[in-house]
Amino acid sequence: MPTLVLERHRGGSLRGVGGRGRGPSGGDAAPGREPTPVGTGLLGVAAFLAAVTMLFLAFTSAYLARRQEAGWFAFTPPSVLWINTAVLLVSSGTLDWARRRIRVGDAAGLRQGVELTAALGLLFLLGQLVAWRQLAARGLFLRTNPHSSFFYVLTAVHGAHLLGGVVALAIVLLHSWQGRYAAQAHAGVTNCAAYWHFMDLLWLYLFVLLFWV
Amino acid sequence: MDAVAVRQPEMAPELHPRESFIRHYIFSIDHKMIGKQYFLTTMFMALVGGAMAMLMRTHLAWPDNGVLNPEQYLQAVTMHGTIMIFFFLTVMLTGGLGNLLIPLMIGARDMAFPFLNMISYWTFVPGVITILLSYFVPGGPAGNGWTAYAPLSAIPAAEGGAGLGQTLWIIAILFVVISSLFGSLNFLTTVLNLRTQGMSMGRLPLTIWGAFVTAVLALLSFPVLMAALGLLLLDRLAGTSFFEAANLIVGGAASPHQGGDALLWQHLFWFFGHPEVYILILTPMGVVSDIISTFSRKPIFGYKAMVLSLSAIGFLSFLVWGHHMFVSGMHPLLGAAFMGSTIIIAVPSAIKTFNWCTTLWHGRIHFTTAMLFAIGFVSVFVTGGLSGIFLAIAPVDLYLHDTYFIVAHFHFVMASASLFAILAGTYYWFPKFFGRTMNETLGKIHFALTFLGIYGTFYPMHFIGIHSNDRRLYQTTAYPFLSHAGPVDVFVSLSAFLLGFAQLFFIVNFLWSLKYGPVAGDNPWHANGLEWTTTTPPPHGNWEGALPTVYRWPYDYSVPGAQNDYVPQTVQAIPLAAAAGAAGGGT
Repeated sequence: MPTLVLERHRGGSLRGVGGRGRGPSGGDAAPGREPTPVGTGLLGVAAFLAAVTMLFLAFTSAYLARRQEAGWFAFTPPSVLWINTAVLLVSSGTLDWARRRIRVGDAAGLRQGVELTAALGLLFLLGQLVAWRQLAARGLFLRTNPHSSFFYVLTAVHGAHLLGGVVALAIVLLHSWQGRYAAQAHAGVTNCAAYWHFMDLLWLYLFVLLFWV
Repeated sequence: MDAVAVRQPEMAPELHPRESFIRHYIFSIDHKMIGKQYFLTTMFMALVGGAMAMLMRTHLAWPDNGVLNPEQYLQAVTMHGTIMIFFFLTVMLTGGLGNLLIPLMIGARDMAFPFLNMISYWTFVPGVITILLSYFVPGGPAGNGWTAYAPLSAIPAAEGGAGLGQTLWIIAILFVVISSLFGSLNFLTTVLNLRTQGMSMGRLPLTIWGAFVTAVLALLSFPVLMAALGLLLLDRLAGTSFFEAANLIVGGAASPHQGGDALLWQHLFWFFGHPEVYILILTPMGVVSDIISTFSRKPIFGYKAMVLSLSAIGFLSFLVWGHHMFVSGMHPLLGAAFMGSTIIIAVPSAIKTFNWCTTLWHGRIHFTTAMLFAIGFVSVFVTGGLSGIFLAIAPVDLYLHDTYFIVAHFHFVMASASLFAILAGTYYWFPKFFGRTMNETLGKIHFALTFLGIYGTFYPMHFIGIHSNDRRLYQTTAYPFLSHAGPVDVFVSLSAFLLGFAQLFFIVNFLWSLKYGPVAGDNPWHANGLEWTTTTPPPHGNWEGALPTVYRWPYDYSVPGAQNDYVPQTVQAIPLAAAAGAAGGGT
């Protein structure tokens, strides 16, 4: 009875058909035992952002479909959104600057950059609240019409995610105070920056979607 | 940044200090304890969902006796579907089996993010509490089906159970969605990044392949449901108009909504809903592949084809959601496209079925309970899959839509198949996690009664479905053309009671074996997977010493000339049988 036996003669080779040769470990379950493989955190962030992308794609398709139905009328963007957009773009710049500082081992520079970024992030969120007030002053509330409904929902969901980013920045700051980052070891900063830049791009996307599509 | 693995076999075997009761049993970050928490919680929910089914069947067999009033009947239907799909199958397969098996089968100490893993379970628990609470609010639990179609689900005045019950339903599902997202993020990262040395993707057990593709599907489909649920919640609580058309008259009063789109809910829901049914079947497919291979003492037939078909099904699952909406109204060309993509799924599914059969072919089959359930899986999967081809054809579906034919179809292909794989997996891996083997006699009685119960319950539904019995009809006796269905309904209900009764054997067996089952060794089935190379039950950290190194795939059964009929993945050179020469080498 012949059976198919794959890889029977692979004997001494550890690599097989591409097994990961490095860091075969289990995260922080066994601290100090085997190192967590490089890029695990970033992979987690990427997976999370994939989920966020699907969330907003769902909102987008709902938005585009709902626009075909009755009762839709569009309004012009509140002026403060332009300022908010600029603030968020600058915050991405400051975070990238912070990441460059830690790459040359400048932990104090990292902290300054992260503090500035978090402050700009909070300023952005404050600006979004101002935008809501501006809309409310024009008589546009959550239930007024579908366009305003979508505006409030999308800005709120994006704001919640950005607030999560601010929390992540605070954790980075805490870890930096504890001296956890060095020129060769700052994965936490990179992961946080990836998330933050994504939120920045997401806002640009939403801004365009809500008012120029 | 070279984080090269340093193997330190001389390290002390005690990986973790003893933990307090709360750290060990309640807020544990050990994937095995979290897996057991999930397992027991979802098993409990399965009992609740099963009780709903028993209530429904009692009513349907004797519809004139007033066991349930129409509202309660719809609530039982809704809660049965909701609990079984979201709170039992989905979470059992990902949170339960996924948690228990993934790190052990890939050779990792734990999940990539153990803390997130704990958070995932403790996000699931509030969902369980919320859905159970909804039984005790005015109007009772949601009664709008597990699909929660708008506008009924969006307007609190629409029906009993559309009030607070429906709101709690939405919140409960949101909890499950968030919990599943955390879980699948973790599984994905773990499988990609924490495989031990030598464990390439091409050597992964098919169970892990199934869990991996499932994690991808969950990660990409659950957010869509989340968006839809969020909008629905706003429609209910904040008066927005995403899903309700204007000028609806509800309970004699005009609804305040303006120009929403009820079809939009269906699109969003089924864009999630179809991947969801594959979330319920891909892991079972993997589990069954592993069990059939082990107990046939043969390598799985067509490993690459199995992996490719799993992935193909995963990919296609995002392109077929429209087949749930053939009668909802869509452009005929779009319907034809969905029909085509749906029929194509039959191809990878058939590949898998043939591969299971060819693995069994000429095998030395051991009819353990786990194996019986695995073969039973193939049977119910084929039965349900074939009726799926009927339903994929749009003109046929127009006739069969929302009849018992559908109920029969998905209970075979998705619900029963998934249940069979869960039971097979429980019998198979129970020894590893609890140190004792389950009783085989009770197990075989359990299997026989369950198998009969499943076919007795769901097979006749095909006929009453073709006979146009609507799946949510409260009183069949009200329609003369359904008068022939009455005796069939009684038979179906009696079979369902048998099915419910059979599960008592499982529960008794499970509890009895925990304490009195025969003590299992490290590898009671002579299986090859990594999980069998560690001690039973595995310690926190999974391996006492260094992590194992993998030299082969997990299906080296009955290798010609080898000493044993199984060669674990950690064996470097196969020890040859004495007659063939003494040079064993390696280990």
